[in-house]
Amino acid sequence: MNQRSRLSLLVIQIFFASLMVALLGRLFYLQVAAGPIYRDAALSIQSRDVVTPANRGFIVDSSGVPLALSKVALAVTVDRTTIDKLPDKGVAVLANLVNLLGLEYSDVWQRTRLCGELPRGQRAGCWTGSRFQPIPITKSADPAIALRIVERSDRFPGISATPIAIRSYPETLGVTGSHVLGYVGPLTEADLAGANGRTYFRSESIGKAGLEIKYDEYLRGVPGIKTFIVDRKEAVTSTTQNTKPVAGKHLVTSLDVRLQAASEKALGEAVKRARSMGFPADGGAAVVMDVRNGQVLSLASYPSFDPNAFERGLTVKEAQALYSEKTGVPALNRALQGLYAPASTFKVVSVMAAKDAGYDLNKSYSCPAEVQVGTRAFQNFESKAQGTISMKKAIAISCDTIWYQIAYDEWLRDGGLKPKSNPNDYFSKAAESFQISEKTGVDLPSESTGRLVNREWKKSWYAENKDFYCNYKDRATKAQQTAFLLQLARENCVDGDKLRGGDAVNFSIGQGDTVITPIKLAQMYAAIANGGTIWQPTIAKAILTQEGKVIKQFEPKKLGQISADAATIEFLHDALHEVTLTGTSAGLFANFPVPTAGKTGTAQVFGRNLNGSAKSDTSWYASFAPERNPRYAVVMMVSQGGYGASTSGAGVRQIYETLFGVQGNVVKPELALFPKGKPPIKLPRISPATKPAPSILNPAKAEKKMAVAKR
Amino acid sequence: MSTFLNRNPYRRTRGNSFFAGFDPILSAAVAGLLVIGTLLVYAATRDWYSANGLDPEYYLKRHVINIVIGLALAWGTTIIDYRLLRAYTPFIWGFGVLGLIFVLIPGVGSEVNGAKAWIRLPAGFQIQPAEIAKISIIIGISMLLSERTHNSDEPSTNDILKALAVAALPILLILRQPDMGTVFIISASVVTILAVSGAPTRWIAGLILLAILGGVVATKTGVISDYQVKRLQSFVDPNADRQGAGYQLRQARITVGSGGLVGTGLFNGPQTNGRFVPEQQTDFIFTVAGEELGFLGSSVIILLLLTILMRAFGIARRSTDPYGTLVCTGVIAWFAFQVFENIGMTLGLMPMTGVPLPFLSYGGSSMFANLIGIGLLQNVHARQRG
Repeated sequence: MNQRSRLSLLVIQIFFASLMVALLGRLFYLQVAAGPIYRDAALSIQSRDVVTPANRGFIVDSSGVPLALSKVALAVTVDRTTIDKLPDKGVAVLANLVNLLGLEYSDVWQRTRLCGELPRGQRAGCWTGSRFQPIPITKSADPAIALRIVERSDRFPGISATPIAIRSYPETLGVTGSHVLGYVGPLTEADLAGANGRTYFRSESIGKAGLEIKYDEYLRGVPGIKTFIVDRKEAVTSTTQNTKPVAGKHLVTSLDVRLQAASEKALGEAVKRARSMGFPADGGAAVVMDVRNGQVLSLASYPSFDPNAFERGLTVKEAQALYSEKTGVPALNRALQGLYAPASTFKVVSVMAAKDAGYDLNKSYSCPAEVQVGTRAFQNFESKAQGTISMKKAIAISCDTIWYQIAYDEWLRDGGLKPKSNPNDYFSKAAESFQISEKTGVDLPSESTGRLVNREWKKSWYAENKDFYCNYKDRATKAQQTAFLLQLARENCVDGDKLRGGDAVNFSIGQGDTVITPIKLAQMYAAIANGGTIWQPTIAKAILTQEGKVIKQFEPKKLGQISADAATIEFLHDALHEVTLTGTSAGLFANFPVPTAGKTGTAQVFGRNLNGSAKSDTSWYASFAPERNPRYAVVMMVSQGGYGASTSGAGVRQIYETLFGVQGNVVKPELALFPKGKPPIKLPRISPATKPAPSILNPAKAEKKMAVAKR
Repeated sequence: MSTFLNRNPYRRTRGNSFFAGFDPILSAAVAGLLVIGTLLVYAATRDWYSANGLDPEYYLKRHVINIVIGLALAWGTTIIDYRLLRAYTPFIWGFGVLGLIFVLIPGVGSEVNGAKAWIRLPAGFQIQPAEIAKISIIIGISMLLSERTHNSDEPSTNDILKALAVAALPILLILRQPDMGTVFIISASVVTILAVSGAPTRWIAGLILLAILGGVVATKTGVISDYQVKRLQSFVDPNADRQGAGYQLRQARITVGSGGLVGTGLFNGPQTNGRFVPEQQTDFIFTVAGEELGFLGSSVIILLLLTILMRAFGIARRSTDPYGTLVCTGVIAWFAFQVFENIGMTLGLMPMTGVPLPFLSYGGSSMFANLIGIGLLQNVHARQRG
């Protein structure tokens, strides 16, 4: 071999050796330097975590009757990994299936798409879980149909029927309880992103409203995780059960299923009654509270919705109806989200203010047809003059003008439009002691805050609206340019930041811009009933483990004290009792065997309905009972429901009938809800089979039980 | 036969053993790779085949049979003095060209992964004429370039042109299949042989330039088929073709990378057992090593391959005649480029082509050709100066 060949050979040898070294270097980079990254990548390729949801804990009433259960249902499921392999991607199979099950093809198609497969904005109802989980298209399949599907696996490849645990609301005695209980549903992207600080797994269910969301962390339990190792064809090669699901805890509430049923029924009938009188009655609420500790015994809102619809699979139409104005926005919980002017029910505040201002509550005052306030005359209700009457009578028959006079006089005494540097503000201070502009703190989500019209509020309101009213001609729509509204705008522009005579007068009868929620009014009347303590309304009493061990008890919480002294409170008890004897609700309660106290309210509402008609009055009835040693505060409100007494008062009477076991005008102690008139303190044993004790709503069982006892 | 052997003045004693006169280190390195390759082929196919209700040892058995046949061929190659092979060279070359023509005839050649590279034989066997062509080209041009028609150190232009013609015909035929990996390996080997033969530098530089130009023109004018362009693109940008070549390359890299320092252990690689990398018993066998044997095991494979190359360089140097040197050089270049192309592709250093990893990949033709190549090296080794 010549020298050149030798040299070439050496060069080539070095070149090839360096090629191999290059491979070694690259190998070192991939495996050692970047190894961990690739190991993670490999893991995500090979393994699929599948979540087995935990059974949700029950929600039970104070005597253990289940309000929300985990029930075994028959689900028809679609296996995407199978149907995707069909030539038509499963279109024919799904079409056959919807025929058999009586579902809509478009709903089912949507439900079986992974959310990531659909463009943004078209993901409503999509499957949030993984492709490897059987996707339920219905959770309430008829067993006979399910059997046909399973038997014809050749016609229905990838379709199977499996028993699964679902949330079930048993609707005992016709209760829906939808606004208190809420419902469960699939997680949203925000939940998954950890928006509320907890970590969830896709395909888990989560509380979406009411107690279900408030106590979700207890109710949901811990889901089990199974890891599947899959191959390239997505066939499962091995399975490991990492963790087993742990069932959720039970929630014991202060609710009573019979009272809840009675409240819902009474509210529904109140709405019907109002409609039969020609009022739109577009919604309502009823709240029953234990005045000694703030525990909520029932809470209803109208219109309601079917809490079981969510687990059944909400159709697109049902989902839209939940938030539609036309259907009255059933998703809204009016008991704590609706804000309404309290009207005459607010006169309890005015009594306290008058007392603080030095008026003798036992004296008589004039109740004229109208009172002149500045340039405007404020009429009495129905413009009736009642002569000179005692203050008690004024409450009973709901005289307005007596309060106008006192409020206006006090406003003038505080300096009128040029207020003193240190005004007395008896009215707003009395109201403030009820914590009107604070939430009640009830353990339900999305409570609204009331609005209290005082000097402070007027200032902040003016800062926000000055521009609008001072340029009203340009800013307001044509329809808003009436002579009255133009005048109002002018006034608002000039001294909108000041508490005016009209504001003070309106305030004294619960009109104007002051608005509160029904549960707030219940809290207020409970405070009057119990001698002045403001309790935080609570629904949860305790959290119990599956074995019945108590792991958390919710103690009643005092939020404050109203400013009324004992004498004023005694006067209020007396006056409110008088309402039921000779006053505005005497027709309903005069012969009621349990003495009660209450106040009607009929609030004027400004604004118009969708069809252009002026809004009707809000009907209120706020009460407590028994009159001696009161235990229960009951409030009903029907929006656009007309008169306080005939619509809501009658509804409240119905609730009391169930509460005390009144049939006709006779108390039947065996049908009263609570022995000795006290809601249970002892926590119940939890069983899905617990049935409600007898009451007016379910008396038949009582007789049967007694018959058995006799034998 | 013994008369031939006795005439060889440089012959080492063959003694009584078949293996006498062989380079023991070369033999050991090859044996080591064959054992590792057998285990890797088994690991690549066992779980998948049993999971799909097939014989889990299907590939293992056939691989072992291929090795046995290949070893017999290698041993056969060492018996005949390589210098006598010259006489058969035209026939071997002709046989290779014929095979390459056959694969292009519709109905005779069968297409796998877009290349018509196979001739189907009865009983489910297939042969790949390009593998035989590699050997015939190496022997052919080594013969032409080592025969000096005049008293000179370097081959004449005439010799070079003849050699290039001998290489060009099979290369063009393989280009028609098309099998770009093999074209690259053979072309690079031809240039390497030319360089060692003493051919003028302008020839070497010119040929390399021509190859680059040819590659560019082929890609631009569409002589190269669509799927090859995609493979090239996915080499440049692994996200370009996520489902096809890009997918394979990504999966290959993930599989190798996930092995880490020590690997998951033989038969325990979830990526391998899940068969996320296609062709993992053949072209992507190195991914199995990467995942299951880790950096330590995979390095051993590369070091064994390096050992083979380094020993072969020694044999090439010690050859008694230029022909032996050039044959060895050709075999070295073939192995080196094929190893670099295959492992480089697996590790994302080279574009994706369908070439197997010598001594490790499953596949009869390739195994036979590789072991015949080793036979040639041993042949030259056995007949070199002591």
